[in-house]
Amino acid sequence: MAETLVETTGTHLQHHFADSEQQLETATLGMWTFLITEVLFFGGMFASYAIYRAMYPDAFRSTSRFMDISLGGTNTAVLICSSLTMALAVRSAQVSKRKHLIVFLCMTICLGFVFLVIKGIEYTRKWNEHLVPGFHFQFEPHQYQQHAQLLFFLYFCMTGVHALHMIIGVGLLTALIIMASRKVFNEHYYTPVEMIGLYWHFVDIVWIFLFPLLYLIGHHT
Amino acid sequence: MISHVPRVRTLVFVFLALIVLTGATTAIDYINLGDWNVVVALAIAVIKASLVAWIFMGVRHVTSLNRLFVIAGITWLSFLFLLTFADYTTRSWQYQPQAWGH
Repeated sequence: MAETLVETTGTHLQHHFADSEQQLETATLGMWTFLITEVLFFGGMFASYAIYRAMYPDAFRSTSRFMDISLGGTNTAVLICSSLTMALAVRSAQVSKRKHLIVFLCMTICLGFVFLVIKGIEYTRKWNEHLVPGFHFQFEPHQYQQHAQLLFFLYFCMTGVHALHMIIGVGLLTALIIMASRKVFNEHYYTPVEMIGLYWHFVDIVWIFLFPLLYLIGHHT
Repeated sequence: MISHVPRVRTLVFVFLALIVLTGATTAIDYINLGDWNVVVALAIAVIKASLVAWIFMGVRHVTSLNRLFVIAGITWLSFLFLLTFADYTTRSWQYQPQAWGH
């Protein structure tokens, strides 16, 4: 029984696991543990955002005219599209469709780059408008200058760390494409695809919260 | 395959729901609901995040132990917010940021 199992599941099964299923469950649990530490890592920044927004609601609201809602909204849609292509990539790996897997991974990477380019355009504009916290920070109305600077500090901190996660994600996806083209994955073994899929969706979830909190603060006032 | 294979139809449906909810949250920001604006925006964000976690990340098919880990993560995140706000709302801490170079 054990021998036939090893035979059908190939060489990827490590000896300390009973079968491929247990191996995947273990990897999934480990990945989720890592993602929970990430949730708490981002959670600290969200908590400081919440405190200062509660303290200075008017100053935070006054920053919304500098947040480009069309670029931010486009980036939200781009990330959601990339989550769909990532989910389809995992599905392709599960049913052993190697070409589909590679195509969907490439689409996910492209969407990741589109996101980063749009983010770069936004950062450049903020730089030109003197909205990067520091000596050259300028904000009108002047009474909100200091408190608005807090918001922009949080903006660059949170979107910056998020973008760093995207860059790491693009690197991981590149590694997946190389592995897929070397025929590493089959219907019994696609753990890396599923784990990096979890990571990518998590980064999407972070943005799902960043978008309303940074871009949708005060257009109604 | 060794894990649950989602249907393409399900994935596309979740994708469409996420796009519609993004449009909705953007549109609602232009309507003045007072303090409820942020509540509605966060509620929609929680729905979107749950859809991603439940379907795309496959939380509905993971082991009970794994689901317990996810719930523990959310619980600890809530502690982070609850205890921080317990201090800031009861101890009248105020931080006055100073200008750079002063």
